Amino acid sequence: MNDRTHIPAAIPSSSAESPGQTGRFAMDPSIYRRRRLVNAFNMGASMMAMVFGLFWLFWILWTLIDQGLGGLSLDVFSRSTPPPGSVGGLANAIYGSLLMTLFGTLIGTPIGILAGVYLAEFGQRGWLAPATRFINDILLSAPSIVIGLFIYEMYVVSVGHFSGWAGALALSILVIPVVVRTTENMLRLVPGSLREAAAALGAPQWKVTLYVTLRSAKAGVLTGILLAVARISGETAPLLFTALNNQFWNSNMNQPMANLPIVIFQFAMSPYADWHTLAWAGSLLITFSVLALNIIARWMGSQKTQSH
Amino acid sequence: MEKYNNEQRMNRQMMLDKLFRNVTRMFAFLVLALLVGILISLVIGALPSIKAFGWQFFMTSDWDPVSQKFGALVPIYGTLATSLIALLIGVPVSFGIALFLTELCPTWLKRPLGIAVELLAGIPSIIYGMWGLFVFAPLFADHVQPMLIDNLGELPLIGFLFQGAPMGIGIFTAGLILAIMIIPFIASVMRDVFEVVPTLLKESAYGLGSTTWEVVRYVVLPYTKTGVVGGIMLGLGRALGETMAVTFVIGNSSNFATGLFEPGNSIASSLANEFAEASGELYLSSLIQLGLILFFITFVVLACSKMLLLRLKKQEGKAS
Amino acid sequence: MAENNIKLQVKNLNFYYGKFHALKGINLDIASRKVTAFIGPSGCGKSTLLRTFNRMFQLYPGLNAEGEILLDGHNILGRDVDINLLRAKVGMVFQKPTPFPMSIYDNITFGVKLYEKLSKAEMDDRVEWALRKAALWNEVKDKLKQSGNSLSGGQQQRLCIARAVASRPEVLLLDEPTSALDPISTAHIEELIHELKEDYTIAIVTHNMQQAARVSDYTAYMYLGEMVEFGDTDAIFTTPKKKATEDYITGKFG
Repeated sequence: MNDRTHIPAAIPSSSAESPGQTGRFAMDPSIYRRRRLVNAFNMGASMMAMVFGLFWLFWILWTLIDQGLGGLSLDVFSRSTPPPGSVGGLANAIYGSLLMTLFGTLIGTPIGILAGVYLAEFGQRGWLAPATRFINDILLSAPSIVIGLFIYEMYVVSVGHFSGWAGALALSILVIPVVVRTTENMLRLVPGSLREAAAALGAPQWKVTLYVTLRSAKAGVLTGILLAVARISGETAPLLFTALNNQFWNSNMNQPMANLPIVIFQFAMSPYADWHTLAWAGSLLITFSVLALNIIARWMGSQKTQSH
Repeated sequence: MEKYNNEQRMNRQMMLDKLFRNVTRMFAFLVLALLVGILISLVIGALPSIKAFGWQFFMTSDWDPVSQKFGALVPIYGTLATSLIALLIGVPVSFGIALFLTELCPTWLKRPLGIAVELLAGIPSIIYGMWGLFVFAPLFADHVQPMLIDNLGELPLIGFLFQGAPMGIGIFTAGLILAIMIIPFIASVMRDVFEVVPTLLKESAYGLGSTTWEVVRYVVLPYTKTGVVGGIMLGLGRALGETMAVTFVIGNSSNFATGLFEPGNSIASSLANEFAEASGELYLSSLIQLGLILFFITFVVLACSKMLLLRLKKQEGKAS
Repeated sequence: MAENNIKLQVKNLNFYYGKFHALKGINLDIASRKVTAFIGPSGCGKSTLLRTFNRMFQLYPGLNAEGEILLDGHNILGRDVDINLLRAKVGMVFQKPTPFPMSIYDNITFGVKLYEKLSKAEMDDRVEWALRKAALWNEVKDKLKQSGNSLSGGQQQRLCIARAVASRPEVLLLDEPTSALDPISTAHIEELIHELKEDYTIAIVTHNMQQAARVSDYTAYMYLGEMVEFGDTDAIFTTPKKKATEDYITGKFG
C-alpha cells in the first residue's frame, strides 16, 4: 500500500468531457487529495487504537510487577492469612483456590466433554443440538455472579451454610460451556474418513468415538480444559456467596473456604497497608498463572492446527 | 451355536451404542436444563420481592434495608450507563484494532499482537478493579478530572455530565475500565468476521483504485455488518454482567445521580457488596430480583448477538 | 507492431513468491486497442503476469516483481508510482463475479466517485453508458436500486465489467472472466470483448484455448513461468513455431 504520488502529466485532469465513446480516465485532483487524507487519518487512528489497547495491558502488568514483587516472600506460600498488623501469608487461600479449581474442573469437564460429543457426533439432526449450541454460547458469556446466585439458591440454602463444595459447583458451571465448545470444535476437525475406517473394521460407534475420534482430538480437548481452568482460577464473583472466605487453614470442603480472589478483594478494600501488600502479591500470582495457562493453551492449540 | 454367539454379541453392541448415544444426549440436555434451572431458581427467589413491589421495583430509587423499601432504579441506571460508556469507548478502539490486525499489520507481528490483545481478556476482573482503584483513579482525579470539570462543566446541555467533585471513582471510571475489558472480545469477533470477506471482493475494490480505508468502509463493513453488530452485542453482554472491576471503582452509592463523575451502583456490584451480608427475606429477595433482571437483560443481548453471528455464517455459506 | 501502438511493454520481468521464481525473464509488447490472450497450463504464471500490470500482487507480503513494465512509456513498477491511480487506469475483472454489497447503481458509481465529481445527471448518464457498454442496460434499467447480488451469475459478471469500464480505464485485465459461467453467458462476454477492444487495450487470461482463438488478436503461450511463444493469434494456432506450443494447442499436452 505504497501511497506515494506521482502519476505523471499523462493523465488529463479535466472531467468536462462528456462520458462518451472517446472518454478517457480523468480525475479531479481535489477529490483524490481528500481521499488520501481520509485514508491516512483512518489508518493512523487504527494504529493508535492498537497502541491504546497495548498501553493498558502493559500498564496493568507493570503495576502488578511493581507492586506485587515486593510482597512476594516464602511467608506468602507458607502462612495463613493474618489479622491486620501481624505477619502472615496467603497459604490457606492458595490451597483453597487450588482445591476448588480442581474439583470445579473435575465436575465440569466430563459433563462438558459428553455434551460436546453429542453435539459433534449425533448433532446433525433434531432440535436438541442446535438449541444446546445456542444456549451454551449464551452460558459462555453469562454473568458469573448470577451463577453464584444460582448455586446459593440451589445448594447453599438447602445445606444451610457456605462451603468449598458450593464454590466448586459454581466454578464447574463456568467450566462446562468452555469445554463443550472446544470439544465440539475439535471433534469436528477430525476427518470423517478416520471414523469410517474404524467403523469399517466393525467397531461399534461408542468405541469409534471414545477410542478413535476423541483420542485423535485429545490435544484440542485438553486445550479447552486448560482455557476453562484459566477462566475459573481468576473468578471472584461466583465465590462471593458460595465459598465465602475463611481466615484459617481449612481442607474440609464442607466448610467455608478461603480462596485467592476473595482474599484479594477483602484485603484490597480494607484500610490496612500490610493487607494491601498481600493483596498485590496475590494479584501478581493469580494474573501470571492465568496468563501462563492461557499462553500454554493457545500454544497447544496452534500446535494441533499446524499438524493438520 | 457359533452363529448364536455372534448375534448375541451384536445385540449387546447395539445396546451399548444406544446407551452411549442416550448418555451423551442426556448431558447435552443438562446444558439446556442448566439455563432453565437458573431462570427458575431466580424467579422463585425473587417472588417475595416481586409480590411486594411489583412494577414499582423498576421505578423507585429507594434502597433502604432498614425500612425494607427496595427499588432498582439506581443499579439499573448504573449498569446501563457504565455499559454504554464502555461501548462508546470500546467499539471504535476494537474496530481500529481489528482493522490494524487484518489490513495493516505486517505478517510477523500478527500473532504476537493477536495474543497480546487476547491476554487483555485473560486478566482476571478483580485485577482490573484493584488497578482501577489504586492506580488509575488517583491519577485521573489529580490530573484529568479537574481539567474536564473546569472546561466542560459549564457547557450548556451536556455540562451537568461533567460536574461534581474529582474523586477518581464513579460511573465514568467504571465505564472506561469496562471498555478496556470488552475490547478484546469485540476486536477478536471483528477480526474473525473481517477475515471471511472473499479475497476477490477486496481485490475488486482495490482494482478500481480504492484506498485501504475505502475497501474497509464500503466493502468489508457492509459485507460483515451483521457479524460486527453481533460482536458489539457480545461485548455489551460482557459489560452488563461484569462484577468485580465495577465493584471496585463505581463508588457504591445508592443515591441517584446523573453526572459521569458521580458515584453510583450497578446490579452486579450491589450483589457483590450486599448479598453475603443481607438479612431478612425481602432484602435477599430484592437482591435476587436484581440478579434476575441482570440475567434477563444479558440473555436477550447475548441471544441477539448469537443470532446475528449465525446469520452472517449462513450468508457466507450461500456466497461460496 | 509499430512503436506508437504499444500500450504496455514488459521488459525482462522476473517475479518471486518468496523464494519461488514464478516468472522468468518475460519480454512482451501489448498492443493498444487489441486483445492479447495468455494461455498455458495451470500454474504457468499467466495470472501472475496479469496481476503485475496493476500491481495487485502488492497487497500480499513476500511477493516481488523485478524488471520493467512500461505503460505508455512510464515504468509502473517504479517506486514513485501511485498504486491507486495506476489501478484506476488499469481496470480488472476476476474469475468469479464480485458485485459489491450495494445496489447495481452504486456498484457502477463506486469507482467513478473515487476520482470524479459528477452531477446527478452526469452520473446517471455515466451509469447508463457503462451498462450499455457491458450489454446489461436493457436487463437492469428498471432495477438499478436492487442489490447486485440479485442478478444471475452471467449478469453479475457483466456488472463487474460495467463497473470496471465506468471509470474509463485505458487497459482492461480479464482474469479467466468466464470460468465460473455457463456457455450462454460466456458467449455474451466474448461478444462484449470484441466490442470493448474498439476503446480499450485488453489482456485476457484464459484456460480455454478455443476462447483465446475466438477473441484475441495476439496470443502468448506460457509454460513454467516462461514465455514460450508470442505472436499473432492466427499464426500461433495454425503454424506455431515451437514444438511445445503445437503440442499444447493440439491437446497432446496440458
